[in-house]
Amino acid sequence: MQIAPILAALRKHRLATVLIALEIALACAVLCNACFIIASRLSAMHVESGIDEPALATVQLTGYDPSQSVDVDARALAALRAVPGVQSVTLLNSIPFGARRGTAGITTDAERQHFGGVIEFYVGAPGSLDALGSRIVAGRGPRPEDFQPFTGFMPNEANVQITQALADHLWPGVDPLGKEFWMLKSHYRVVGVLKTLVRPDPPGWTPQERLWSVFVPAQPGPYLTGSYLLRADPKEMPRVMRDALAAVARALPEVVIDRDASQTLTDLRHETFRNDRIMAGLMLGVIAALLLVTALGIVGLASFWVAQRRKQIGVRRALGATRGDILRYFQTENFLIVSLGIALGMLLAYALNVALMQVYELPRLPLAYLPVGALALWVLGQLSVLAPALRAAAVPPVVATRSV
Amino acid sequence: MRGTGQPVMIGYYLDLAMRSLKRNKVLTVLMVLAIAVGIGTSMTTLTVMHVLSGDPIPQKSADLFRVGLNVFPDDNFRPGEEVPDNLTRRDAEALLRDARADRQAMMSAGTMVVTPAQGDPLSLESRYTTADFFTMFAVPFRFGRAWDRGDDGSHARVAVISAALNDQLFGGRDSTGSMLQVGSQSLRIVGVLGDWSMNPRFYDLSNGRFGDSEQVFVPLATALDLHLATSGTMNCWGNNSDEHAADAPCLWLQYWAELDAPSTRVAYRQYLHNYMAQQQQAGRFTHPGQIRLLDVMQWLDAKGVVPSDVRLQVWLALGFLGICLLNTVGLLLAKFLRRSGEISVRRALGASRRAIFMQCLVEAGVVGLAGGVCGLALAGLGLVLVRHQPTDYAGLIRMDPSMLLATFVLALLSSLLAGLLPAWRAMHVAPAVALKSN
Repeated sequence: MQIAPILAALRKHRLATVLIALEIALACAVLCNACFIIASRLSAMHVESGIDEPALATVQLTGYDPSQSVDVDARALAALRAVPGVQSVTLLNSIPFGARRGTAGITTDAERQHFGGVIEFYVGAPGSLDALGSRIVAGRGPRPEDFQPFTGFMPNEANVQITQALADHLWPGVDPLGKEFWMLKSHYRVVGVLKTLVRPDPPGWTPQERLWSVFVPAQPGPYLTGSYLLRADPKEMPRVMRDALAAVARALPEVVIDRDASQTLTDLRHETFRNDRIMAGLMLGVIAALLLVTALGIVGLASFWVAQRRKQIGVRRALGATRGDILRYFQTENFLIVSLGIALGMLLAYALNVALMQVYELPRLPLAYLPVGALALWVLGQLSVLAPALRAAAVPPVVATRSV
Repeated sequence: MRGTGQPVMIGYYLDLAMRSLKRNKVLTVLMVLAIAVGIGTSMTTLTVMHVLSGDPIPQKSADLFRVGLNVFPDDNFRPGEEVPDNLTRRDAEALLRDARADRQAMMSAGTMVVTPAQGDPLSLESRYTTADFFTMFAVPFRFGRAWDRGDDGSHARVAVISAALNDQLFGGRDSTGSMLQVGSQSLRIVGVLGDWSMNPRFYDLSNGRFGDSEQVFVPLATALDLHLATSGTMNCWGNNSDEHAADAPCLWLQYWAELDAPSTRVAYRQYLHNYMAQQQQAGRFTHPGQIRLLDVMQWLDAKGVVPSDVRLQVWLALGFLGICLLNTVGLLLAKFLRRSGEISVRRALGASRRAIFMQCLVEAGVVGLAGGVCGLALAGLGLVLVRHQPTDYAGLIRMDPSMLLATFVLALLSSLLAGLLPAWRAMHVAPAVALKSN
């Protein structure tokens, strides 16, 4: 197949060529970025929580004075522990994918000069870290004497377990065991490293930040109350949850059960990523519509060209060109135009990504998306030109002999 | 011919356009569809954006100002950081005492548990504020009235409830004078609101930005007496046992001032600067003590109240509309140039280039209008989908007359824009060459 005559023909149809190429370029830019948004939302949705989600649920109580916490917690724990199938019930202030009560900024020095980032403090009563099922990869878990009573937002002093991700962020390449950090004047010493423990609200954070959590052991009290972590056999979970809510309602008629927040962790996780699912679905819709419109445009213009060149095609056929030659001519022509569009589109995709990065804190577009987008458009171009090209190949040589 | 006037010619062009569009149905449908899909997606996302970025209180939005003061002690002060949104109780009460604005109110969100005469206790969203709140935000009353400044001062055990709660607890009858049981205390209902909800809930964006208004309103002083639970951001420094105490180093109160005249705005700004200078002299901090005074729309803008996903969708939809338009340009070009012969005959018979240009644009406009109608249907469908999404703003999304008009303007403008280039090419068809080649 000779390319030179195709280029010569395209030069005569400069405007239409440029239009299709531009359309392909814009489609390429939107396609790459939309795919990237889908991928990043999907990766957020599949964040590893580091806990036994299917075996966990939470019950959240509100509507009582903190001074009553000892009484309320005692009655609630007794009621929940009596539910058949409940393996353990403990108090934990924040719940992964659920209630968020311990978000705060930390510093790695007492003088508050070196800001360490905003992390999640999981303040938990004895047994809560075991119930979560978060694995300790270095150091030790909490000892009985680590759990101390406290007042205020959080214990002022504690031996804590931090996630590997937070350790890597605060002290890259250094053994985090024995290191210290501060939250205002409160002081914490790292005695253990957790493989991973997700924040309650991962969608708002970057992939690294999602895992910046710390477990702070503490005794229940006015500031650690009404937020219970239940553990049960995953198979029995729906029944256990129903019974648990009924049991609490019976045992504590005067307090309010926050039913929206009292759910299994599987359901809470589903809820947490609701917006991301919507966005990914929308993007898929945009991509489908985009590919359809682009294909229709190519079909329309290619059909026009075929109709316009009927006579020339006839002449070529009369001079000995086979049907295959004609077919390949239009296919090659489409390939050249789409390639031009893709070349332009890659630059555009990159520019669009840079713009989106600035406004929406989107990460940089990985280069791998560009060839994938290009391949998709090449295939799309070839598929949509096929019908008009076949019609061109069907033009009989006798057309050459007709005057009009 | 030119003298006989344009209306006649436009009618003729319309006729020509309809004939031409009918002649090549597939191409016509393709063009209309392309525009419709582009318009449909753009208008869906633009409507969502329009609703969410709307002015919640148009008659007063320029007179209401959110007050921010940077009273961080030097230890917690970071240069270049924004002035915090909320005030400490100490500062809010000082500003309220001075009462230099036409009206002013401090407030916090909260939840309270009300025990009805029958049934389970209810956990209700509440707002603890001061008397001016209701006049400032033009809150309508169905029954009774708001409490007054005297009630604020005397920590009166009173409450104002929403219409929805009044329906739920009292079956919609005038409940003023009835009591609301809150723990061991009771509050006398002095007023029932009419239909009132601010979307976005501009006065406090930290507790759900869209949705219904609070169900119970209680004087802030009363709420503090009764230790009712507050919600929202609580930003404290230093050690403190009670974050709601009068001198607690905690930022948690929203403060709004109504300043009706430009002169009072200048004076109020100066007053805030003076206040901060006094605080600096009193030794609370040594940094410059910035202030921030933003009216409703500036405030919403600063807080980025439109979800970033919605903005992203608008950009993608506009990019998509661009693709659809390029597509239409290509198809129109093909269509017009295919009719080179016909155009040449018209030119040879005396039609001016301008006439050809107009004829082509009319045809493009017809396609655009048809695309607009179909696009409107698609946008309607898109909005139904948006309304069924589980987002907190889903229920608010409606197409209003201005967006309806905008749909057609956008459709017509974009199709005319798409028609310009092909029409330009068509009017430059050389009659002689085209006629000969036929």
